[in-house]
Amino acid sequence: MFKHILKSLTGGPVTEAGPSPSDPALAELAGKLEKAAKARLGRSLSIREVDAGSCNGCELEIHALNNPIYDLERFGIRFVASPRHADVLLVTGPVARNMREALVRSWDATPDPKWVVACGDCAVSGGLFRDGYACVGPVNEVLPVDLHIPGCPPRPADLLAALLALLETSAAR
Amino acid sequence: MYGEQPLFGLLNRIGGAPVADHRPWPRYRVTREGWLSLIEEMEGSAWSLLGLWGEPKEVFVALREDMSGDIAVVSLECPQGRFPSLSAVRPSANRLERAAHDLYGLTAERTTDPRPWLDHDAWGVRRPLSDRPGAPSPNPGPYTFLPVEGEGLHQIPVGPVHAGIIEPGHFRFTANGETVVRLEERLGYVHRGIEGLMRGKPVAEAARLAARISGDSTVAHSLAFARAVEAAVDLRVPPRAVWLRALMAELERVANHLGDIGAICNDAAFAFMLAEMSQLREAVLRAADLCFGHRLMMDRVVPGGVAADLPERGPALLLDLCAELRRRFPPLVTIYDGKASLQDRTVGTGIVSTGLVNRFGASGPVGRASGRGLDARRNPGYAPYDDLEFEVPVLTECDVNARVWIRIREVEQSIALIEQIARRMPGLPRGLDGTTPLPLVPLEAGQGGAGTREGLSLVESFRGDILTWVRVEADGTIGRCHPRDPSWFQWPLLEAAIEGNIVADFPLCNKSFNCSYAGHDL
Repeated sequence: MFKHILKSLTGGPVTEAGPSPSDPALAELAGKLEKAAKARLGRSLSIREVDAGSCNGCELEIHALNNPIYDLERFGIRFVASPRHADVLLVTGPVARNMREALVRSWDATPDPKWVVACGDCAVSGGLFRDGYACVGPVNEVLPVDLHIPGCPPRPADLLAALLALLETSAAR
Repeated sequence: MYGEQPLFGLLNRIGGAPVADHRPWPRYRVTREGWLSLIEEMEGSAWSLLGLWGEPKEVFVALREDMSGDIAVVSLECPQGRFPSLSAVRPSANRLERAAHDLYGLTAERTTDPRPWLDHDAWGVRRPLSDRPGAPSPNPGPYTFLPVEGEGLHQIPVGPVHAGIIEPGHFRFTANGETVVRLEERLGYVHRGIEGLMRGKPVAEAARLAARISGDSTVAHSLAFARAVEAAVDLRVPPRAVWLRALMAELERVANHLGDIGAICNDAAFAFMLAEMSQLREAVLRAADLCFGHRLMMDRVVPGGVAADLPERGPALLLDLCAELRRRFPPLVTIYDGKASLQDRTVGTGIVSTGLVNRFGASGPVGRASGRGLDARRNPGYAPYDDLEFEVPVLTECDVNARVWIRIREVEQSIALIEQIARRMPGLPRGLDGTTPLPLVPLEAGQGGAGTREGLSLVESFRGDILTWVRVEADGTIGRCHPRDPSWFQWPLLEAAIEGNIVADFPLCNKSFNCSYAGHDL
């Protein structure tokens, strides 16, 4: 194992260069963030992921952000265990009615200033599940959404670009 | 030959009437007396319960005789909305019966547990899929957890939102100091109403829903749905499509097992393995993306064939991937095997007895790590696996370590399968100019008979066997579809696995099962 680690140390990083912040995300975020919030956050974001009825496809790709190839943490973005530690709620799924209360409570538990990111087609529009008795629909019917990341599921590179846009905007000036 | 087998013999004896246009296995409609004698027979037999599902006025159960591999569906019309419960003779039926009650209003008589399951009083409607949906209950009470009594016990409620990037579900631990005395699960939080949404949809639209039952087994669920529909309408798919489907299924299996092995080690605080395994997983997903245009291969398996063919350089690319995995995976296995601190956490932890996995008919790594060696690719078996060489690993240690080793062995087997498929794929690849048509047969209305047609399929996902039952109406829409994820029969065993272990080992046990929440909640 130590040989393996030594090889990893000398072999250079496997991490790929990060994408530039996504333009549509920057456009969506412009003007949404208050100045006070920008000053307070600096270049760091803590994200609490909430699955509100996803098929777990989005979760798989969000997981991939933590692997050494995408390495989200190098940008100062990290996933935290509690909404009380979070700046951002990253919500997936078409908000199953059975999850609505848990989602709202997670939001209530998140300290201000806070942002909500709707991740994946289900969270953005309700996807295929919009019309059923069991789902509310898009996340913005339950919480104010600051950023939408479409895709079924979004690719890790797209997720990264969108989250970087959030970081850029929240850290600007 | 079927008539001679004991399962079918019994079904004939108890007066079961075979239902027309149910393929490939028969469906028998029995009377209430016949259903009662079936329950009596099940008490003394080892038939596995493969699934149980409802319709507004009928209840269905799928059974398998494990030795012979015979499968049959038995149904009972229940105009009063009541049927004698199977939960006393097959405890695995209980949650399925509760789900049938919540969705269809079918009451299981003399059940071992009548509490609601999927219905959390949040839908604004009761019995949403029955003929007469009801108004929501005016003052819904809290869910009643099983009572626990004893000295020095305390409870730890966890979830539905967990401390990690995982799906939601509630776990109620009762512990004595560090030791878990009982775990009770409460699921249903990600119920999206998939069975209801599929009703009346054209086959192609329903297939998109099937692909989103559980994102990690999107290929397997799509395959199960496609095979059930093709069985119903008696459609044969082109050989190349059959092989491409197996290729996707094996890529999905490898990717998930790699992720699971890393995640289990990570939950034993050995993050190194997660970092390494997640790189291998990424390599598989990127190869899948290059070959099929989607990292998880969602919507690529469709009724009639496949929606994407390999590019010309596909086989070479896959063989390169296999070579890389063969180079990088074994040293990591050696590290797993040689780390005493890691073995200390996984060996002897989370034991599920062989008797219990057989009783619940648990499949996949959970079953195979506890001596239940069934694999749907072999039993009942489906193409092209009869033409491919692979082994089904089985262990009898029943612990977390055994479940890790089953996954390690299955990764090795699936790599070999991918190589065989890449080398021996029949048919022509899609040319650069796109002139070779996709291996896809269009579904015509009225195919395989004029009336309603029913089909059943059993497909091996990385998690275990998926049973999908479907009814195709005369106009070609889906009348009813019931996809039963393997998690249904594995979740209850997790409650048994954690008993007597310490609370801190729960993540480890849970990850070694890796049951699906979305696939279970539907």
